[in-house]
Amino acid sequence: MSASVLFDAQGPRGRALSVVGNIVATVAVLAGLVWLASVLYAKGQFSASLWQNAVSAEAWQSYYLPGLQNTLRSALFATVGSVLFGILFGIGRLSQIRPVRWVSGVVVEFFRAVPVLLMMIFFYMFFSAQAQWIADRPFAAVVVALVLYNGSVIAELVRSGVGNLPKGQGEAGLAVGLTPAQTLRSIQLPQALVAMLPAMVSQLVVVLKDSALGQFILYSELLRSAQILSSREQNPLQALVVVAIVFIIINWLLTVVAHRLARLLSSRTAGATVEGTGIGNPTAVAGGPVGGGPGPGAGGAVV
Amino acid sequence: MDDFLAGFAELFARFDVLGAFWVNIQLTFWAALLSLVLGTVLALMRISPIASLRWAGTAYVTIFRNTPLTIILTFTYLVLFSQLALSLSDTLDTTFFWFAVIGLAVYHAAFVCEAIRSGVNTVPVGQAEAARAIGLSFLPAAALVIFPQAFRGAVAPLGNTLIALLKNSTVAAAASVSTETSSLMRTMIEFRPDLMVAIFLTFALGYVILVIPIGLVTTSLSRRLAVKR
Repeated sequence: MSASVLFDAQGPRGRALSVVGNIVATVAVLAGLVWLASVLYAKGQFSASLWQNAVSAEAWQSYYLPGLQNTLRSALFATVGSVLFGILFGIGRLSQIRPVRWVSGVVVEFFRAVPVLLMMIFFYMFFSAQAQWIADRPFAAVVVALVLYNGSVIAELVRSGVGNLPKGQGEAGLAVGLTPAQTLRSIQLPQALVAMLPAMVSQLVVVLKDSALGQFILYSELLRSAQILSSREQNPLQALVVVAIVFIIINWLLTVVAHRLARLLSSRTAGATVEGTGIGNPTAVAGGPVGGGPGPGAGGAVV
Repeated sequence: MDDFLAGFAELFARFDVLGAFWVNIQLTFWAALLSLVLGTVLALMRISPIASLRWAGTAYVTIFRNTPLTIILTFTYLVLFSQLALSLSDTLDTTFFWFAVIGLAVYHAAFVCEAIRSGVNTVPVGQAEAARAIGLSFLPAAALVIFPQAFRGAVAPLGNTLIALLKNSTVAAAASVSTETSSLMRTMIEFRPDLMVAIFLTFALGYVILVIPIGLVTTSLSRRLAVKR
């Protein structure tokens, strides 16, 4: 970052301009924040009781922590489920058998195109009507919807992970007499899985964020708990800010882990370890030249 | 079977399914426009020579990329509308619509910024060096040399962001936009629970029909526009 290719190392005039620019930009940002604060102050949003009620021990014990526990529980189940789903259908898409490949392709493309919220609402209403033996129906609907969507994304990661391995890996497997299926299982998949681990960790961020959609079907996750708290205390701004900060910290930590993993694992596989961007569909981004631009310095220098 | 078809036809006569999709398309269109502008400015900030701008851009992306969209859109309704009593128009529906557009744009701008940055990474160092060598300073170099190529390299990730935005526009229900698809689907299932699978598949298919062409167009565009090197 110190030596960007986009601008020269600055001389005296450039440095002076930079200082001026820094001051102007900082003042502008601060002015914006002060203006925001004054608007909120005028509306009485800095009254101590609103904030105290949003961060009190009671709020944490009765609302945030149980909510966070439910959020993490659904994310955990959804992650395990979507990894299994993803590996199964990823292998399906690489299968030698045409119908298997075709069916897996349709399933994966379908669930990647349908909004998670639609699936969640549908499964919730479906379970309520058809499967009342399920005790915690909102939880089941959240997990199923998250598994179908994120599992399909992971299936694509598996497929692109195997596709991005050097050709020689598969050829070597065939050359020593393994069948194509054996080559996939014992040579290509293990390397592809290692290569896609960072992208999977990034996908965890998506799972966690999407679990907040559970509020639509009355699943008492973190966001819904905060809403219940705020309807009692009349402090939605304060409660939502607290919840957003909790999400940001957890997701930011996950992103850091993904970053570290990518660097750590790059020596363990012939594939390229790239993290997804954490939005809906990281595969195409990950397949693109995120880390390895054409020039040797192009990747790191500009960012 | 006839009963099924008759029930289905009646449902479609009673509820405006295409109208609901049209609301989502409008949400997507305006939010895409706004987030493209905001995201480009953010990307420019993040590669600029001024440290505080870089810092502000990074902070924005870190904050909004890691916040669930549902929180942002719930915020527009519960906080901006109810608690702070802000309004964008005389009619409630229009106010909710534009709050939802702003919420969607603010969230997706972070991803647009990252997509453009990944496009910037496809531009070889030599291009930036050449721009400097002929005496262009940062802004002209970015505007004339780097960004035109970066946008062409960013078409695929921008297309993914657009697809995500279209699907995420259903979350506008949290911002109290009650005419969009997820709300309508819920109403229709409550009205005819016996047809719920068919209703879900109809809406799902609607999204498949919208999403797959966007994917095909952006993939072929990204190939056609890619700078041959």
